[in-house]
Amino acid sequence: MFSWLEKNPFFFTVAFLVVFSIAGLVELLPDFIKSSRPIEGLRPYTVLETAGRQIYINEGCYNCHSQLIRPFQAETDRYGAYSLSGEYAYDRPFLWGSKRTGPDLHRVGDSRTTDWHENHMWEPTSVVPDSIMPAYHHLFKKDADFDTAYAEAYTQKVVFGVPYDTQGGVSLGNIEDAKKAYMQEAGEIVNNMKNQKIKDAFEKGEVKEIVALIAYLNSLGQSRMTK
Amino acid sequence: MRNDATLEYDYSIAKLFLYSTMAFGFIGMLIGVVLAFQLAFPDLNYIAGEYSIFGRLRPLHTNGVIYGFTLSGIWAAWYYLGQRVLKITYYQHPFLKFIGYLHFWLYIVLLVLAVVSLFAGLTQSKEYAELIWPLDLLVVVVWVLWGISMFGSMGVRREKTIYISLWYFIATFTAIAVLYIFNNLAIPTYLVSGVGSIWHSISMFSGSNDAMIQWWWGHNAVAFVFTSGIIGIIYYFLPKESGQPIFSYKLTLFSFWSLMFVYIWAGGHHVIYSTVPDWVQTLGSVFSVILILPSWGTAINMLLTMRGQWHQLKESPLIKFLVLASTFYMLATLEGPIQAIKSVNALAHFTDWIIGHVHDGVLGWVGFTIIAACYHMLPRMYKREIYSRKIMDIQFWIMTIGIVLYFSSMWISGITQGMMWRDVDQYGNLTYQFIDTVRVLFPYYVIRGIGGLMYLIGFILFIYNVVMTITAAKELERESNYASPMAA
Repeated sequence: MFSWLEKNPFFFTVAFLVVFSIAGLVELLPDFIKSSRPIEGLRPYTVLETAGRQIYINEGCYNCHSQLIRPFQAETDRYGAYSLSGEYAYDRPFLWGSKRTGPDLHRVGDSRTTDWHENHMWEPTSVVPDSIMPAYHHLFKKDADFDTAYAEAYTQKVVFGVPYDTQGGVSLGNIEDAKKAYMQEAGEIVNNMKNQKIKDAFEKGEVKEIVALIAYLNSLGQSRMTK
Repeated sequence: MRNDATLEYDYSIAKLFLYSTMAFGFIGMLIGVVLAFQLAFPDLNYIAGEYSIFGRLRPLHTNGVIYGFTLSGIWAAWYYLGQRVLKITYYQHPFLKFIGYLHFWLYIVLLVLAVVSLFAGLTQSKEYAELIWPLDLLVVVVWVLWGISMFGSMGVRREKTIYISLWYFIATFTAIAVLYIFNNLAIPTYLVSGVGSIWHSISMFSGSNDAMIQWWWGHNAVAFVFTSGIIGIIYYFLPKESGQPIFSYKLTLFSFWSLMFVYIWAGGHHVIYSTVPDWVQTLGSVFSVILILPSWGTAINMLLTMRGQWHQLKESPLIKFLVLASTFYMLATLEGPIQAIKSVNALAHFTDWIIGHVHDGVLGWVGFTIIAACYHMLPRMYKREIYSRKIMDIQFWIMTIGIVLYFSSMWISGITQGMMWRDVDQYGNLTYQFIDTVRVLFPYYVIRGIGGLMYLIGFILFIYNVVMTITAAKELERESNYASPMAA
């Protein structure tokens, strides 16, 4: 019945493509046409948070922590309200993860403080005895990458129309404005930290990676909703 | 179409891919063992500073095993069996030989760059698609070269009919090309803004859409590298080694075309109880269960090929590898659909059970098939008998026990995790804190590490056996038709 196909690699490949494409067309297209819309009041990530998100990605945090609260009572009791599609509208890429070696982080900003994260990243077992998470000392040494974070926010704005610089929202402006806002926001985090080296470095105008990462973790939750 | 008396096949490219199969298999599995023990003994995270922390190593392990070990194995098989089933030889086609060499060396360059960039923490964080955008472009070049080699070889073939293995290789080639490109569509931020890192890019898709396209890819990397590529291998090597014809042509047809149609639908089972539309989740769940039919069709076709020939299991370790591979394929393709049932998924998702599932597939099915294929090719490529059958036997058992330890510990660990997360006391309050669930898993993580270590030791025995075959084994006068010659 199909034997003629087996003598013709070209038509065989075409036949394969047809059979193979059906699912993609049916499952993916409808949702892409209706592109993902943000929930009301969701603000985009600031440049400092974006820098922190890049660190979260580079260090592979998503390998052990999910950012997706599933609609079960045990999950909402443990982590907070279940996740909504519109909350991820500015997430490129998405960071749901596929394995929970540690707890979910989608609303971690609502339950943990700057101080807690600082201790946790320096020495996890100091706040969670028996934690198997590694310590992240190198984040306290390296500077966060402002330029790349600005580039990402700028791309989000001009290519994807993410609403920066709107009334009452997150302002981006040009690179100097963004740097000013970045330093101010970092200053607030640094104020809440204990590590003297981080504070000294900030006095010299350096923002360490840990500062940006904490800013990002704090943004996961209610603080990303404009009032 | 001409008819030459006999063809002298050219194995130079297949040999290169055999070496990379061994090298990347060893590296990928070694990193895997380190990762396994890191979860039990967190101090192992610091053996090489920030570069050895779990989050950095894990993508190296997955990429090393998928793109280093498995693809090398598939390509070693292609450059070996492609000539044989198409009745061509690269001695007569210098262009195809050149493409083959270019394919291999660019692939090695790509893998080296991949290792360096992943160690450096340069990643786009999508699982099994972590490579940064310039490397993605190189992936496309390497892939196109394989396409030229494959379709070019078919263009000059002397055999009218395309053998089943090549159906599956065509499927692997075409499907991965489509899926990889769509999932990796991204915008390099430097090109838009003129500042920042040239390596950084952001996905074309956001949030739930990004997740859907990622798991459409992530699931089908399993479908078209770990499944169709490996089925292509076993459809050649099992009949060749056993000297038995494939059980049923109709079953082959049925399982090929239905696998190709059904597999992609099942990608949605990775996003059950997430924020993607319900109907997508349901389709993913339902089609995952349907997927049992074509998967078992293939496995049964392999097992029934051995009908009346089961004594070969006793006589040949190579047959043992191939038969157990088919059996593990049946196990993995039954387990997957069970996990995709919504109520089971509610428990299993995000737990170690999923890790166990992936590994009974990869260690049992993929690893064993590739190892068997290498053993079958060796005497024919090097004109020597396999150095030691005893080592093969020891390797087989040590690896099998390793796999059993691996998946059984992960089943227990995963189900324990899932049960503890959802457990509530008589007042409806959560019984356990998250850290409680971490604490109880320690023994299972140790057992898993030992299982992985045993598999790695088996793989080292394999490498030793291959090297000794190439350098020291008895030379053969002529190629045997089936049943690879092996020393005691």
